[in-house]
Amino acid sequence: MELLLVLILGLLYAAGVYLILRRSMVKLLLGIILWGNGANILIFVLGKITKGSPPVIDDAYRVFQDVYADPIPQALILTAIVISFGLTSFAIVLLKRVYALVDSDDLDDLNTPEEEDI
Amino acid sequence: MLFTVLTGLITSSLLVPFGKIIKTKWSILLPFIPVILFLFYLWHVPVVANGTTITQHLSWVPSLGVNFDFRLDGLSLLFALLITGIGTAIFFYGRSYLKGHIYFDRFFGYLLLFMSAMLGVVLANNILTLFVFWELTSISSFFLIGFNNDSKASRNSALTALSITGIGGFFLLAGLVLAGNIADTFIISEMFAQHDKITNHSLYPLVIGLIFIGAFTKSAQFPFHFWLPGAMKAPTPVSAYLHSATMVKAGIYLLARLTPALGNTELWNTTLMVVGGFTMIFAAIHSLFRTDLKGILAYSTVSALGILTFLLGLGTTDALIAMSVFILVHALYKATLFMVTGIIDHQTHTRDVTKLQGLRKVMMPVFIAALLAALSSAGLPLTYGFIGKDLIYEATLNLKENWAIWLTALAVLTNIGLVTAGFRAGITPFTGKLPEGYQDVKMPYRAMWVPPMILAVLGIVFGLFPGVVGDYFNYQTANAIAGTDTDMHLKLWHGFNTVLTLSVATLAAGAALYFAHNPTEEKLLSLARFDVVSSQHIFRQIGRSIEKGAGWYTNTIHNGYLRSYHLKIILFAELLLGYKLWLSGPIQIDYANLTPLSWYEVGIVAILIGALYIIVTTKSRLTSVVSTSVIGYCICLLFVFYSAPDLAMTQFTIDTLTTVLFVLVLYKLPPFINFVRQGILIRDAIVALGFGIIISLIALRVLYEPNTTAISDFYGENAYLLAKGKNVVNVILVDFRGMDTMFETVVLSIAALGVYSLIKLRLKSSEKE
Repeated sequence: MELLLVLILGLLYAAGVYLILRRSMVKLLLGIILWGNGANILIFVLGKITKGSPPVIDDAYRVFQDVYADPIPQALILTAIVISFGLTSFAIVLLKRVYALVDSDDLDDLNTPEEEDI
Repeated sequence: MLFTVLTGLITSSLLVPFGKIIKTKWSILLPFIPVILFLFYLWHVPVVANGTTITQHLSWVPSLGVNFDFRLDGLSLLFALLITGIGTAIFFYGRSYLKGHIYFDRFFGYLLLFMSAMLGVVLANNILTLFVFWELTSISSFFLIGFNNDSKASRNSALTALSITGIGGFFLLAGLVLAGNIADTFIISEMFAQHDKITNHSLYPLVIGLIFIGAFTKSAQFPFHFWLPGAMKAPTPVSAYLHSATMVKAGIYLLARLTPALGNTELWNTTLMVVGGFTMIFAAIHSLFRTDLKGILAYSTVSALGILTFLLGLGTTDALIAMSVFILVHALYKATLFMVTGIIDHQTHTRDVTKLQGLRKVMMPVFIAALLAALSSAGLPLTYGFIGKDLIYEATLNLKENWAIWLTALAVLTNIGLVTAGFRAGITPFTGKLPEGYQDVKMPYRAMWVPPMILAVLGIVFGLFPGVVGDYFNYQTANAIAGTDTDMHLKLWHGFNTVLTLSVATLAAGAALYFAHNPTEEKLLSLARFDVVSSQHIFRQIGRSIEKGAGWYTNTIHNGYLRSYHLKIILFAELLLGYKLWLSGPIQIDYANLTPLSWYEVGIVAILIGALYIIVTTKSRLTSVVSTSVIGYCICLLFVFYSAPDLAMTQFTIDTLTTVLFVLVLYKLPPFINFVRQGILIRDAIVALGFGIIISLIALRVLYEPNTTAISDFYGENAYLLAKGKNVVNVILVDFRGMDTMFETVVLSIAALGVYSLIKLRLKSSEKE
């Protein structure tokens, strides 16, 4: 399974880069989202995946009795998901605002703000 | 000694708030600052002439080894006297010269700053302190050269001077620090004892190379000489002060000061001899063709500086004696000639030597001063210049080497040029018939012609009593440079010998050249053809190409297209990561440790890849957003399979929210634009795949490394015991790392505020394009 996950994260990164290199702002944003997902899986797979034993202590005991999944990568990823949501939602409304101002989704329409001011 | 340095600095800063008063009535007080300082140093002459050195120590930045260490020996004293003495003359002179100028107060502020910095340079016994003052002279001279700041030419030459001396200062700092590290001390007098250690060090050529660049730029040696003639745009008092007697000699001073520590090696002597020798003859020839009085003086100054460097390079006792005398000789006559030129310029508003003549009829005393200075510069017997020139010839003739005769010839040729230049600047404007229109030229104020007169007369008086003057002013100077007793005794009359013959021949040839050759505009223009190979031209070209290169770089790298920036950043990251990956050797996979696959996992991965493909290829915005959410859900399922229920819940919520927000906000956007060329798409695809592959390989490499679980084990064991929670991930987030989570919440709140305000914000009609 690790190999498949590695393949997936590679593909997510590649698709992310590809979309970031496009002119459309929406694609740029999608690229960033994909990249974030890729990074999450990267952390996940590097923390040694374990099947069917979540890091939750059984009700009857005070400590773990068996093997359990590494909780640290999970804590990290949880933080990452939430933060990237903050970024994404802000970017989405920002994008809308830009679109309302310049009537375009094209990044190239935004690259010379100083000249337009003059 | 510290007070002499600080007086000028403090007064200079006081001039900013109280400049108005000085401008109107109290300006007569200004020249008394250099007078007092001059008397202070004059009072030290008898003490220092006995060979005593006076030192003063004051901590400044002891942890860096930078302290106010001052040391007054023969060399420092001679320069301090020149700085304050000629400074006195300049202050009186400049007060009349600039009477009524709107920046009168500023001018004297800069001048005082400069004087203090210069005193700091010659008194400092710590090379880092010396460097600080050295840079201060560059900066203050920048303001002085560019004093006529409404003229573009003036601003340009100020910039040229600053950039040349500034670059030089940069090299100098490197050289000084290196030398200090090798000697293990920054105290100059302590470095003298380390002479052998420094000169035998493998970095010695680098050290003196760097110091040479610093000294040569400051003292206008070839190929850095051109800033000095350019600096003649400055008001004449500045040229007379900075560019004859003081600042340009700072480089010479530095070399002389460091000679006992770094000198007396073949490399040191040869370089100085070659550079100085070339500069002196090159500038002497140049001075013959100038028609601007200040141009003549500027080139003859460069030539004189060349002579000083050359003499340092010879390095014999004779040469160092000659040098110590010539410093004084040159300062006296060159400052006089500059001030005379300033008077002429001030009264007639021209400095063109082809137009000026007969002025003796309207300003006789000025002529007398100029004549005396010109004679001293020509080295007529009974002037101090005569002694100086004799000593130079003696130095070259007394060399043992076979090629010494050529050096003598070089010195003679240079001096012939200097004789002519001195006559041209000091005599031509005053002789002949007074042209029409100059009848009404008035005598200048007394304060303008008396100072040059005093200096010129000193040049003669010193020449009459060379023994006394030499003992008091030059003997210890030569000793300080040589580092040993030079046993110097100057005499007025040496008898009829080769030196006298050469002196007379020089004088005769110079006079003949003066009558035979007249500089004209045509000759100057024909000389201008060689400007293409001049160092000024070359430096300017270098400057321009750097500017062009920077422009090209900026335009290419910073072209204003976001995706181009992304491309460069990602390519760079690929190169760096790829290189590191390649360094770390082949990648191994431990198949035994892998988790087995099940069919539903493969199914999910297939869906994920399919969705990814749709995102990349689709033209519809909605499709791509929905596909992104599909990817999110697939990942969510993977989290479920692999023991991460919390992650799965979060991912599910967030993914849904993102999609909803996306669709709500973006439903009315235009469809994707798609006018990219096929080639670019392929290029981007290759870059993207490359990046994905590199990240995957990194992941594989890390997977192979053994895992340390010490921290995880701690959390696992103590989740319930310490924090009373059974879900370890939750306990980590809200308890063990609760602070982090709190700040994460803050970040989210800020983002939420941003989202809310952006949605609520109404579009003003003026904002819409």
